[in-house]
Amino acid sequence: MTHVCHLCHIDLDRISVTRGGQELLHEVSMHIHCGQLTALIGQNGAGKTTLIRSLLGELPYTGKIRHVNENGRDVPHLITGYVPQHLEFDREMPLTVQDLMAAAFSRRPVWTGVGAKTRAAILEALKEVNAQELIDRPLGRCSGGETQRVLLALSMHPAPDLLVLDEPVSGIDSNGQTLFLDLVSRLRKNHHMAILLVSHDLRLVREYADHVVLLDKSVLAQGAPEYVFGTPEFDRVFGSGEVS
Amino acid sequence: MQAIYDFFRTLPVESLNYTFVVRALFAVLLLTPLFGLLGTMAVNHQMAFFSDALGHSALTGIGLGMLLGLSRDLDLVSMLVFGIFWALMIVAIKRTGAASADTVISVFSSTSVAAGLVILSSGGGFSKYSSLLIGDILTVAETDLIWLLLALVLGIAVWALIGNGVLLTGINASLARSRGFRIRLWEGAFVVLVAVAVMLSIRWIGVLLINALLIIPAAAGRNLARSVRQHAVWSVCIALFSGVAGLFLSCSTGLATGPTIVLIAAACYMVSLLVRSVRK
Repeated sequence: MTHVCHLCHIDLDRISVTRGGQELLHEVSMHIHCGQLTALIGQNGAGKTTLIRSLLGELPYTGKIRHVNENGRDVPHLITGYVPQHLEFDREMPLTVQDLMAAAFSRRPVWTGVGAKTRAAILEALKEVNAQELIDRPLGRCSGGETQRVLLALSMHPAPDLLVLDEPVSGIDSNGQTLFLDLVSRLRKNHHMAILLVSHDLRLVREYADHVVLLDKSVLAQGAPEYVFGTPEFDRVFGSGEVS
Repeated sequence: MQAIYDFFRTLPVESLNYTFVVRALFAVLLLTPLFGLLGTMAVNHQMAFFSDALGHSALTGIGLGMLLGLSRDLDLVSMLVFGIFWALMIVAIKRTGAASADTVISVFSSTSVAAGLVILSSGGGFSKYSSLLIGDILTVAETDLIWLLLALVLGIAVWALIGNGVLLTGINASLARSRGFRIRLWEGAFVVLVAVAVMLSIRWIGVLLINALLIIPAAAGRNLARSVRQHAVWSVCIALFSGVAGLFLSCSTGLATGPTIVLIAAACYMVSLLVRSVRK
């Protein structure tokens, strides 16, 4: 699955979200192509999280989200993988990486233990993100970067059509950031999936994104990073000289 | 049941010569594992205060049963219905984000205690209901045991079905949703399960102590465990140990059973704290 089609994509067609009488998103249209990393940028309150929550089915929206295959046909199901910004949980909780992943991978209740097959599948998933040594570690003892890699492994099974990364590297040291985004780039190539990355770090966006969407309630500009970063809309939102 | 009583008479434990102690022992064996299991989730997801409020709402449930003229067995139904309604109300209002969770729970808790006391004391004093506050497990009847057995089987079955979803939801709701878990359904099912377990046991453990039985064994188990499974095993074992030891100790010393069980659980918690600090 290493061919690049650029035809298979997730099509967002005039997505609008209104809550409490306030319009949070206005007719956002964009394509998230398979095999590409699409970065969503914008200031706080621009509607990035709202768009992600709509994609995850958590917020009601108007407009259409379609999953279109290489032949231009609609695919009924869209499997979405999701890596949250960070986990807010009780770090003293007795919960290993294996427990977290087994709760998502298997129907067997985790409190009865984890079967050998599930453990093997978890190990396999962790290997893909170079994190197999974390399997028995309590989740609360994992560093920020390690937790994000575990969440990435989790989001990759079942193989998603669309992988949504919500500020996955904020609060991680720069080594961890590079490690994480290199991994994502490799997974994108190997699995040919569509990736939507929300990030405040414009340097990383420039380095890793294939396509950039600048959002402020609606789409202000979209295209290749060099193009979007050179638009007057980008200067207006971020100020000129923001990205070196 | 007679054969069971006869069997226990052959054991070299004097208190087991009494059929009410044997029934109480069965009640403890049925009740404590369920509380141990559900408690793990309550302590991991900061729901200790919530279950406390649920326990208090039993007073209103019994009060409503009295107003409706229900018999003793039927007022269990009014307690269950009101407890489930109250639990779902707390969850619904918490979701609106109108106030912080502990404020919402506190308002509901106080309201149900006040309403219960007003109704139950209206007929000339609360004293005849004071046993509700500390409960008495030695008064368990055989039909009560059937209820408790049903609750245990049903509770374990439901917990097996929803445990993973509740766990993931507690870690990150969006993550759980992206994995196809219907988080509102799981949350609702969990609080209903806790409400049912609490209401079925309140007459034996008491409004004041029911929450301790849910929280303390799970809190102690948490100090000893590293994984979800270990937490469940420790919590259930500590709950069972506290229950059985508390029952026998209270029988041989004449102390009130519920409080003795809770004190033993509290001692287990202290030991677990010690073990935890030594390990660290």
